[in-house]
Amino acid sequence: MNKHAQPDLQAAGIKGGVASDQRHDSAHKHVTGSAVYIDDFPEPAGLLHGCLGLSAIANGRIVSMDLSAVQVASGVVAVLTASDVPGVNDISPTGRHDEPILAEGEVLFHGQPVFAVIAQTREAARRACKLAKIEYEERPFVTDIGDLDAEADKLVTPPLTLKRGDAHEAIAAAPRRLKGHMRVGGQDHFYLEGHIALAIPGEDDDVTVHSSTQHPSEVQHMVAHALGVASHAVTVEIRRLGGGFGGKETQSNQFAAIAAIAAKKLKRAVKIRPDRDDDMIATGKRHDFIIDYEVGFDDDGRIAGVDFLYGARCGFSSDLSGPVTDRALFHCDNSYFYPAVKARSAPFFTNTVSNTAFRGFGGPQGMMGAERIIDEIAFVLGKDPLEVRKANFYGTGDRNVTPYHQTVEDNIVHRIVSELEASADYAKRRAEIDAFNGESRIVKRGLALTPVKFGISFTATHFNQAGALVHVYTDGSVHLNHGGTEMGQGLYVKVAQVVAEEFQIDIDQVKITATTTDKVPNTSATAASSGSDLNGMAAQNAARQIKDRLCDFAAKKYGLEKDQIIFLPNRVRLGNQEIPFADLVKQAYMARVQLSAAGFYKTPKIHWDRDKGEGHPFYYFAYGASCAEVSIDTLTGEYLVERVDILHETGRSLNRAIDLGQIEGGFIQGMGWLTTEELVWDDKGRLRTHAPSTYKIPLASDRPKIFNVALADWAEAGEPTIHRSKAVGEPPFMLAMSVFHALSDAVASVSDHKVFPALDAPATPERVLMAVERVRSTLPQRASIGGS
Amino acid sequence: MTRSHLHFLLNGENVTLSDVRPDETLLDFLRLRRSLKGTKEGCAEGDCGACTVLVGRLSGGNLVYEGVNSCIRFTGSLDGCHVVTIEHLRGTDGGLHPVQQAMVDFHGSQCGFCTPGFVMSLYGLWMREPNPADATIEKALQGNLCRCTGYEAIMRAARAVSHYGEAGRDPLVSERAEIIARLKAMRDGKRVEIGAGKERFVVPASLDDLAAVVETEPNARVVSGSTDVGLWVTKHFRDISPVVFIGGLDELRQVSEADDVITIGAGVSYTDAYAALAGRIPALRPLLDRIGGDQVRNMGTIGGNIANGSPIGDTPPPLIALGAELTLRKGDARRTIKLEDFFIDYGKQDRAAGEFVEALHVPVPEDGMLFAVHKITKRRDEDITAVLGAFHLRIEGGSVVSARIAYGGMAAIPKRALAVEAKLVGQPWTVETVEAAMMAFESDYQPISDMRASGDYRMIVARNLLMRVFLESEGETAHVARYEVAR
Repeated sequence: MNKHAQPDLQAAGIKGGVASDQRHDSAHKHVTGSAVYIDDFPEPAGLLHGCLGLSAIANGRIVSMDLSAVQVASGVVAVLTASDVPGVNDISPTGRHDEPILAEGEVLFHGQPVFAVIAQTREAARRACKLAKIEYEERPFVTDIGDLDAEADKLVTPPLTLKRGDAHEAIAAAPRRLKGHMRVGGQDHFYLEGHIALAIPGEDDDVTVHSSTQHPSEVQHMVAHALGVASHAVTVEIRRLGGGFGGKETQSNQFAAIAAIAAKKLKRAVKIRPDRDDDMIATGKRHDFIIDYEVGFDDDGRIAGVDFLYGARCGFSSDLSGPVTDRALFHCDNSYFYPAVKARSAPFFTNTVSNTAFRGFGGPQGMMGAERIIDEIAFVLGKDPLEVRKANFYGTGDRNVTPYHQTVEDNIVHRIVSELEASADYAKRRAEIDAFNGESRIVKRGLALTPVKFGISFTATHFNQAGALVHVYTDGSVHLNHGGTEMGQGLYVKVAQVVAEEFQIDIDQVKITATTTDKVPNTSATAASSGSDLNGMAAQNAARQIKDRLCDFAAKKYGLEKDQIIFLPNRVRLGNQEIPFADLVKQAYMARVQLSAAGFYKTPKIHWDRDKGEGHPFYYFAYGASCAEVSIDTLTGEYLVERVDILHETGRSLNRAIDLGQIEGGFIQGMGWLTTEELVWDDKGRLRTHAPSTYKIPLASDRPKIFNVALADWAEAGEPTIHRSKAVGEPPFMLAMSVFHALSDAVASVSDHKVFPALDAPATPERVLMAVERVRSTLPQRASIGGS
Repeated sequence: MTRSHLHFLLNGENVTLSDVRPDETLLDFLRLRRSLKGTKEGCAEGDCGACTVLVGRLSGGNLVYEGVNSCIRFTGSLDGCHVVTIEHLRGTDGGLHPVQQAMVDFHGSQCGFCTPGFVMSLYGLWMREPNPADATIEKALQGNLCRCTGYEAIMRAARAVSHYGEAGRDPLVSERAEIIARLKAMRDGKRVEIGAGKERFVVPASLDDLAAVVETEPNARVVSGSTDVGLWVTKHFRDISPVVFIGGLDELRQVSEADDVITIGAGVSYTDAYAALAGRIPALRPLLDRIGGDQVRNMGTIGGNIANGSPIGDTPPPLIALGAELTLRKGDARRTIKLEDFFIDYGKQDRAAGEFVEALHVPVPEDGMLFAVHKITKRRDEDITAVLGAFHLRIEGGSVVSARIAYGGMAAIPKRALAVEAKLVGQPWTVETVEAAMMAFESDYQPISDMRASGDYRMIVARNLLMRVFLESEGETAHVARYEVAR
């Protein structure tokens, strides 16, 4: 791809158009170590390095700060505190002004950045940080939400209520009722490349910040805000992130702002790359939730009404907790119709790091509530949970209105689930597992099939816009830029495929360039699975503008109707002759035709009235389903994922290889969330799981032993999305709920499904064993094997 | 006979280094001093594998390449070694190496940050096992974390590598004789001494030289694989000077097998001890397969696992249950003690100033003994123990004749379950006896709660592991295993 190849002018099709399994554009650089991440840049002369000094307590007033030892430590150039922020000491992404860059007067969580050391080397800065003497007046703190009250305790942002029908009445009138609650744990992103920012000062107010961020425009605005300068003075650029997953949607702001402040103050380039432990302690994670539920249903398991309360540990500031907890409510239905529903959120303040975006953005936690009630209803009725799931699926003609009053118009969950049920051989394996469990005293097996319906679009309607910039050079090669960031998900190559398709040129003629705020302004975060939907459309729009100009020019020059001009692979048919694409471009340039265009796209149809809790917040839904089988050891709680079958749809896929990678990777990440990834805070409010030695994401050997993943080839987007494809970033994450429910099913088998396991997430071996113990302890006759 | 510089090979280049601190990591040397930016820092604690490089060393005339975590490997420990980084890989045609091409073709990278580490691990695997089974690939990748792909694509690539090229044609294989000659030329039999005061380290020339150094400098830190000491530096900025690097001492890396005992030098890595320990004592194999990842097993030593006295070290409980003994040396004087007596209290071992662990003697269980080891963790592989139980029982005529049971993770030191043993010995080997013995665990242990497990969970599991041992001795399946076969 580096050498400029001559395009094939006789080709029947282009290389790398849409619906081709194009490899990741940087794959050859990833494998050779030549893909450049920010820490790999040649360092500017005189580069300084920053390290953040973190709070040692969970809540308290700063009585005094003695930084003199830090100041005089070897290699230290400057020490910054809140008073060194020239503009506004705030990086709240939603304008709530509740998140200082550096703590001012008080600290609200253990690990909150209080000061920054700037030194000649990274090591000198890190060592000096330890020398600070800060005296606190400690205050009581709250880290856990278990005892908090949605009505009385402090919230970080206004809660949301979704309501359709009278849930309480429906529950009261239902033949059967149940209520309960469950905990769903948080999750650290564990991107392999930690946070990093490199700020290079320019003339006047200017500064360029290289930031590992999913949201360059927001970094730009925050840096400008912090410096007290206009946005036009700040340029933010990012070629690639070493993973994001939501963890770099807002959390990059702090490092970028401090690096920029130091760079402008000291007139030298400044880089901040926190150590992994500091990164995990000082940056936000997935929200953990406590879900309270009450549901009324009939003897077939059909739900009549449901009432949910979703309490979330948001941390010390709002960050994105409002939209995250909103999205949890938007997914409290998953794929199920609730005739009457009330769902409330409680975004609780806690003295912990401020939780943030993470793949699914509250949706996974919302869906866990839906799947929990289904499981418990099935348990109460002695039915197979899959039967109850199917009884409650959204209909296609009726029973199709969501708790937020949007009608589900593109429902394919029935077909997805029935095809998966057949290909995974669900019924036969259910019987085999029952037989196995009858024979095996210690090892028990479990099976579950769970669906996913995930709403696509930012719920903040204004974020659903995108820009792109396309230049065609006189040799026919194309420069592509857009507002989306590349964090491994293959966005860049997908958008390049769209542009190659539009011009009908080989993809190696399209140069993919770094995302930067001075090429495409006012962009949205690359988040909410929206990357290729939005940026693909914007890039297509830019390419079409140029194509239209080329057509107009050619029609005039060659005396043709526009429909006589056809873009063929690497060439253009002009009436009865064909000329290379590059020749047409050259001719157009000579005739002074503009060969550059800014593209734009905004998602149609969507609207949302949060106060009323009504609207059409999602352009469409993405669907999938997963069937998981597990084994558990009832003496230790250890388990294995024996087999997983997935059927997932991405509409008419732009790139099946990339989409498959998103499905497999999303599933495993979701499985980690629900199994071994556990965040533990101690009685001092300190996070104890802040490195891979204590925080356990899945390994290769945690993959399902048998893993069958299929794309639903027959699916296509009902709306005119980019080439009728669908978003793929987040939806597969929630397929992993099947593993959690299979574990629960295995635990329930200990009592022959007589006692509900009430398993919480993450289902670590310890939680599985403790659930087994609970189930056993309620049995009339104590099992003779194992136990306390 | 000393010199004040290191010699080693970095990719194709001879490196001579005299300005090196004892706590400089190989990763910092590569990235900051040599601008070799292909090797990445993911965690700086040897857990994620993004920093994986290969280190070649002479072992009995052979040249062995092993993946290591460069983030916790000290530069000072590299004398006479060949460091191979991602930048050194190439195909025979100058293009992509077979491992790299397979990773590209099977979409094995997404964000790409972990990828150089995966490529290096798979490269090391391909050289020793061109057609690996899935279980072998998974074991080779236990020390590499990927957050994007879910590993499936990497597995596909790993299975296919041999279709892209023969290991025999790889430069590290075809140029082996030349590299051996270059490394041998670096071996001049001299002690290396570099730096002074807080920046001093020594690479002794021989085992006797080590004894002399440690005797004269009793505060010296003896470091082999640095899988623990590395973190003292990268995470806690502890001063470790003066350091004595012993990883290059062949005399300490010997494994010798007699009829009933295996003797393991204190510098023998888990990898090098594997064949003897797992071969002679098969019940140790699943445990050895789950200690750290490959990189940690290549660096870390059983001697270090013992000497550092951790309550959650994986090897002391089974070794105590087997009745292993330890030889400590000071100058020319040696003494041999029971391993269980070495651990006195948390952070306190029976090791005098100027003394170091020289060798470990592991008795092979006699015929008819029941020996079992079970390690319980949050994540199956590459995780630190929550509870580890080791059971060494003689059952004759249906009764327990003798019992040695030791646990890790249950007390401040690896500790025998004496009360439990007492409840078993002399009793019939039945479920009733086992249940009675399970009640005795509380006399032996009062486990703590931490981020790995609660005290309650540890206690229940500790008891249940005894039940597991019983049930499995009766032929009942009482565990889940991903692979029943050896890896």
